[in-house]
Amino acid sequence: MSLINQLNKDFESRVRLGIMSVLVVNAWVDFLEMKEHLQVTDGNLASHINALEQKKYVEVKKEFVGKKTKTSYKITKQGRQAFEAHINALEKLLKG
Amino acid sequence: MNENIREDLQHIRKMMEQSSRFISLSGMSGVVAGIIAIIGAGVAYFIYDADGSNYMVGFPEMYNRQMISRLVILALLVLAGALTSGILFTVKNSKRKGLKIWTATTRQLLLSLAVPLIAGGLFCIACLYQHYFTIVAPATLVFYGLALVNAARYTYSDIQNLGYCEILLGIVALFIPGYTLFFWALGFGVLHIVYGLVMYRKYEKKEDLN
Repeated sequence: MSLINQLNKDFESRVRLGIMSVLVVNAWVDFLEMKEHLQVTDGNLASHINALEQKKYVEVKKEFVGKKTKTSYKITKQGRQAFEAHINALEKLLKG
Repeated sequence: MNENIREDLQHIRKMMEQSSRFISLSGMSGVVAGIIAIIGAGVAYFIYDADGSNYMVGFPEMYNRQMISRLVILALLVLAGALTSGILFTVKNSKRKGLKIWTATTRQLLLSLAVPLIAGGLFCIACLYQHYFTIVAPATLVFYGLALVNAARYTYSDIQNLGYCEILLGIVALFIPGYTLFFWALGFGVLHIVYGLVMYRKYEKKEDLN
């Protein structure tokens, strides 16, 4: 049972796992690119990213490109550690 | 429970790969580029023959201007043919996989290919200008190999080993002047066909079954 407790509740959804996976291997990723990788709707992606931002797992940057705003995301040190711990816990559970 | 975890881990791996590596590269483009290269090498041999120079003996100072310009035109045609087929098959493959072609990863891949290739291209032009004809073909192998090794981290890792093989062939060819055309055909022809088939079997055929 203790192993299951090591799983991070913040990463229970596939969308959040996807967001973290993309950010682990890419520096700054903007909203549109993220949406294409994950194949989800704007609203769905925004709410999951917000949740991760509140946990301080991702850093958000807003800038103007022409007249449009571009929002990009980066993983924080804290986020990387939490995600790695989560993957380790998953692997341990799988090995039983 | 276990099934769920396995799917989670698969999803993580897939997202990491898809977002950081260019996986639309088609093995078929390698095969076609290889065939074009072998035909090109064959035509080059005939151009030498028609000129009366024996490639295997190779006295660079006796090469005439007309033959060199014919060879340069042939080389550009081979390059254009290989690039066109490469782009066509790769675009087709990305459509089949439902992936976008023009992403940040693609740009990084092209940039990391372009730097060694442009340096190599200019090096070869300088060789022609200075009349060091015998090292042009080996130099194309070496610089192409360096470009592949440099770009491999943005696409399938197999590309790295292909790059090492091309560099090795190029270096060997530099020391055996009479056989550069043979090494060139081996590197750009045979290796491309072999790697193209391996990658096609590994990454494309498997998905057709699903």
